[in-house]
Amino acid sequence: MLKVNDINVYYGSIHAIKGVSFEVKQGEIVTLIGANGAGKSTILKTVSGLLRSKTGSIDFLDKNISTVAPHKIVERGLAHVPEGRRIFLQMSVEENLEMGAYTRGGKGVSEDLAKVYEQFPRLKERRKQTAGTLSGGEQQMLAMGRALMSRPQLLMLDEPSMGLAPILVEQIFEIIKSLHKDGTTILLVEQNAQMALSVADRAYVLETGKITLSGTGEELAQSDEIRKAYLGG
Amino acid sequence: MKKLNKLTKNSFLSYGVVIAFYIVMQILIGGGMVSNSLKGQLIPICAYVIMAVSLNLTVGILGDLSLGHAGFMSVGAFAGVIVSTTMRFNGIESDIVRMIVAVIVGALVAAVFGILIGIPVLRLKGDYLAIVTLAFGEIIKDILNCLYIGIDEGGLHFKGSAEKLVLGEGGKVIVNGPMGATGVNKISTFTAGIVLVLITLFVVYNLTNSRTGRAIMSIRDNRIAAESVGINITKYKLMAFVTSAALAGCAGVLFGLNYSTVVASKFNFNTSILVLVFVVLGGMGNMFGSVIAAAMLTVLPEMLREVGDYRMLAYALVLILVMIITNNDTLKTYGDLIKEKFRFGKSERKGAEAK
Repeated sequence: MLKVNDINVYYGSIHAIKGVSFEVKQGEIVTLIGANGAGKSTILKTVSGLLRSKTGSIDFLDKNISTVAPHKIVERGLAHVPEGRRIFLQMSVEENLEMGAYTRGGKGVSEDLAKVYEQFPRLKERRKQTAGTLSGGEQQMLAMGRALMSRPQLLMLDEPSMGLAPILVEQIFEIIKSLHKDGTTILLVEQNAQMALSVADRAYVLETGKITLSGTGEELAQSDEIRKAYLGG
Repeated sequence: MKKLNKLTKNSFLSYGVVIAFYIVMQILIGGGMVSNSLKGQLIPICAYVIMAVSLNLTVGILGDLSLGHAGFMSVGAFAGVIVSTTMRFNGIESDIVRMIVAVIVGALVAAVFGILIGIPVLRLKGDYLAIVTLAFGEIIKDILNCLYIGIDEGGLHFKGSAEKLVLGEGGKVIVNGPMGATGVNKISTFTAGIVLVLITLFVVYNLTNSRTGRAIMSIRDNRIAAESVGINITKYKLMAFVTSAALAGCAGVLFGLNYSTVVASKFNFNTSILVLVFVVLGGMGNMFGSVIAAAMLTVLPEMLREVGDYRMLAYALVLILVMIITNNDTLKTYGDLIKEKFRFGKSERKGAEAK
């Protein structure tokens, strides 16, 4: 579904991503894990067109998207939930969700809203509330719900667990699992390696802009190296 | 749904107030109860109201601080004067026809400048954008200051100095460099002003209430989120900026054709700031507030003539007081309490409906 082939991304003179290649297949949850500054978010931004790679190619649904404008990439079915819960603070919960369906015009919005509310009952309770008054966890749910409104083929989540209490992190991962069960393909970027590996079909480990390890979620969770570096022995 | 109703209510309030103002003024003028100084202020009031509403589109709805709005007004004013004079030169005498064509051309020319400035400028953010728009306003002023335009049998002539502008028999100088456009045929009327204000409000309200408006406001609220839901940021930013510029051009035409002399230095940085003050005072994104603030603050200096030398001091004091009072939390809570009392019956009913 998504094939990233040898991308190199620079911030000015800083070489942030050094020849990274990976793949996400239909129906999978794939996770990129790594420490702060490893380049996880940079990769997602490059895939969704916010940053550009100097080399290589990014194929989504067998078409090269590495030069397509960000808003056109969303139209093709690739939704990006940016890091830090970027929601429209002054709009209501429902309006935020409606914004998610922006690229599609008015068609089928009410059905999709119903679907999202089913997935996130909490958002339904608060649908008229201003988004800025939601708690951190609810804002994360809203950001995910909004991305789902664009009927994505592939959902990219950037650190959904950031800054949330452990119980909320578990809730968010439950939701990720249930989205996956409903057939959504997910590319997940996480610092919380333990949680990420527990839901992922496959995983890539990223260190200072390079992929150093890859395998199934289980394999990596068992690997000594990973346990030492990320899982606390 | 509820929010939409609130916006519609706000728009009808604005239309209503503008139309009521027009009717009251017409009656008072008919009865000879309006002083000459106020009568002379009516068209500038309309022009400044349009300026404030259009700048509010850029500052309040799009969320970008522009300090060069008077530049668009200036471009509109000169385009309007040139069009009106040219038409008269070619034998079209009807004031209404000339006014309509002048407004349309003024808006289009300002829109073209809006596009030219907008494409590079809208890539900038915050302070940088403010500085560049400020520079734009000053550049426009300086360019117009050294432009000599005349008309004769051979058509319009644009020249860079007075000596080069040689006109044929019966030719007429329209713009004379730093002296500006002199001998302008005054064709702006209060009615035209009110019609333009209503058109401006109609355009801005409809834009903000539409799908496009939602997209523009989402960019203001959170640029990254807007990009991530698939909104074409450049397109919508440019759309709002150009609309705002075109409306400012209309205001310029109205303003320019109200005086017999139009000088480019009238549309300087101070004018841009003045309009920005209207917007801030009326409330960012609140069009009705802009209408009221622009009208009040245009009339205020005239009304303060009685205090003579202390006029501008009093003007500043009024500004400061209004800012303090409208932002006072205690007063706000008090106001809300009163509102709450009047609404009690209503909100109970609403609660019942929700169940």
